[in-house]
Amino acid sequence: MEYERKFKIGKPILEVNNISLSFGGVKAITDTSFNVLEHEVRAIIGPNGAGKSSMLNCINGIYKPQQGTVSFRGQQIPNITPNIMAQMGLSRTFQNLALFKRMSVLDNILVGRKLHTKTNFLEVALQLPKVKKEEKLNRDRSEEIISFLEIEDIKDTPVGKLPYGLQKKVELGRALATDSTIILLDEPMAGMNVEEKRDMCRFILKVNDELGTTMVLIEHDMGVVMDISDRVVVLDYGKVIGDGTPDEVRSNQKVIDAYLGVEH
Amino acid sequence: MKPVFMTYTKKDLINLAVCMVLSVLVIPTFITTEYWYTSILIPWLCLALATIGQQVVMGYTGQLALGAAGFMAAGAFAMFNLILRVPDLGFVGSLIVSGLIAAAFGILFGLPSLKVRGIYLMVATLASQFFIIWMIDKFGWFKNYDSSGIITAQDIVILGKPFTTPLAMYFVCLAVTTVLTLLAMNMARGSTGRNWMAVRDMDIAAESMGVSLLKTKVQAFAISAFYCGVAGALFAFCYLKSLEPVAFDIKLSFKILFMCILGGLGTINGAFIGAAFILLFPVLLNAIGNNVFHGAIDATIISSIEQVIFGGLMIIFMIYEPLGMAKLWENLKQKVSLKFQSSNVKNLKSSLSKKS
Repeated sequence: MEYERKFKIGKPILEVNNISLSFGGVKAITDTSFNVLEHEVRAIIGPNGAGKSSMLNCINGIYKPQQGTVSFRGQQIPNITPNIMAQMGLSRTFQNLALFKRMSVLDNILVGRKLHTKTNFLEVALQLPKVKKEEKLNRDRSEEIISFLEIEDIKDTPVGKLPYGLQKKVELGRALATDSTIILLDEPMAGMNVEEKRDMCRFILKVNDELGTTMVLIEHDMGVVMDISDRVVVLDYGKVIGDGTPDEVRSNQKVIDAYLGVEH
Repeated sequence: MKPVFMTYTKKDLINLAVCMVLSVLVIPTFITTEYWYTSILIPWLCLALATIGQQVVMGYTGQLALGAAGFMAAGAFAMFNLILRVPDLGFVGSLIVSGLIAAAFGILFGLPSLKVRGIYLMVATLASQFFIIWMIDKFGWFKNYDSSGIITAQDIVILGKPFTTPLAMYFVCLAVTTVLTLLAMNMARGSTGRNWMAVRDMDIAAESMGVSLLKTKVQAFAISAFYCGVAGALFAFCYLKSLEPVAFDIKLSFKILFMCILGGLGTINGAFIGAAFILLFPVLLNAIGNNVFHGAIDATIISSIEQVIFGGLMIIFMIYEPLGMAKLWENLKQKVSLKFQSSNVKNLKSSLSKKS
């Protein structure tokens, strides 16, 4: 049964146009274009070394592609940096975890509230009333996210001491704390067991459903990808070889050959 | 624990009250020898303040900087010139402006942190140390064309009242240090400190969350230099009572670095513990030399032993407890409270068994 979405899938919010990226002589991405629609769950899949993470790094401004552009809400963005993208409302998680290891879970998530913090260091030093008000708002929001992710019992633990699965959750929490319109998830379920994966899927779908956040995720687990995403783009050797709904991609011969394997 | 007042928990307020009672009431009543004020307490407060500056940039923001003494010199000579040339500012005003002048140097020499990191940044920041000292030596204006090389610091006058006795100077240092320490704690615990630590722990993620690396690093360098500048001015006016560039050489920078590391990187109380240790340890060694060995060991050997022990301790702390003495203190407190808890449990058990 098709369920009723609170946030209907809308117009393209993020467009990647003809991106090419190479490191010295190695071509990571060649002339790749695809788009992401507002409020959808979009998956990027492909074999190892297909250029998936490089793609996210181009969108986020960590890598500077030699060619091509990225547009956000129809506007082309010159000089993309992670900071500018964050301000436009795009947040992300990282493949190999990029948490603030010596800080507590709560503090990590509070850093995600940076763009909702307007007070400067002098006001913080003097603890003016507006600083306290703002800090309380940010803490309340962070606590909300912590209870949403069901990690209340570890909120004061330094992140470096947590097991991998929980660290992945904290990283998702930090991305959520930004209240971004798009979140890029780089292998959010890598290294997790079945139960943890199920949890993570639930969180991703719930965020998408309740807040309407657009999700772009890279994932290796085919079952997961086909279950939770609205549309899938398949990369192989830095090129798009398939793009469409999970069913379309599943029946695409090129994709079957390159990724899912040829049936005997 | 929930904050009860501003960002402070009940425990913090108790600690603060204990510190204040100790420093304002207990110390002045029980310590009457001038030596303790002029040679231990005043330099301790000044150097602890400079160490807080070093903590901001190194412990919290993770930028390896070496050159705290250079900023201290900037602050000290700015203070001298301000009192000399702009007497209307007053002592407190001059102190703040000298901190700001040092902060300007901090911004200038913090800019390399955007391009270089780690040990290379340390070398780059050494430039501040040598440049500032060179500048003061080269241009006579800074020393008011004094040819003797050592200038006597002006007397401290606040609101028309002179502060010249060791006890009065101790209170001046105490007041300034207390205010600046509280401000530093507010920053370290608030959003400002979180940005610093985010840059320290994972700069690329911090940037992706909207933390500007440029702003955060330069801000940390400026605040650090401000603290060093104020500390330098107090150091010259309350402790040395004279101004000479040689007093702010690279050795002092290293001393502050040691205080920072031994005390515990990324802690404010560590700055005080580290500074106390480095200042008191030589005193202790000398006392041992005089009282246990009755002067059989030469003073120069004792001062060499001191260097050896400092070096050894640095290595030991780096390997076994990178978070320094503040962390050791924390662990000790935890162990004691655990012991209490376990003895309580034992009592409970024994009383239960008696009942049954």
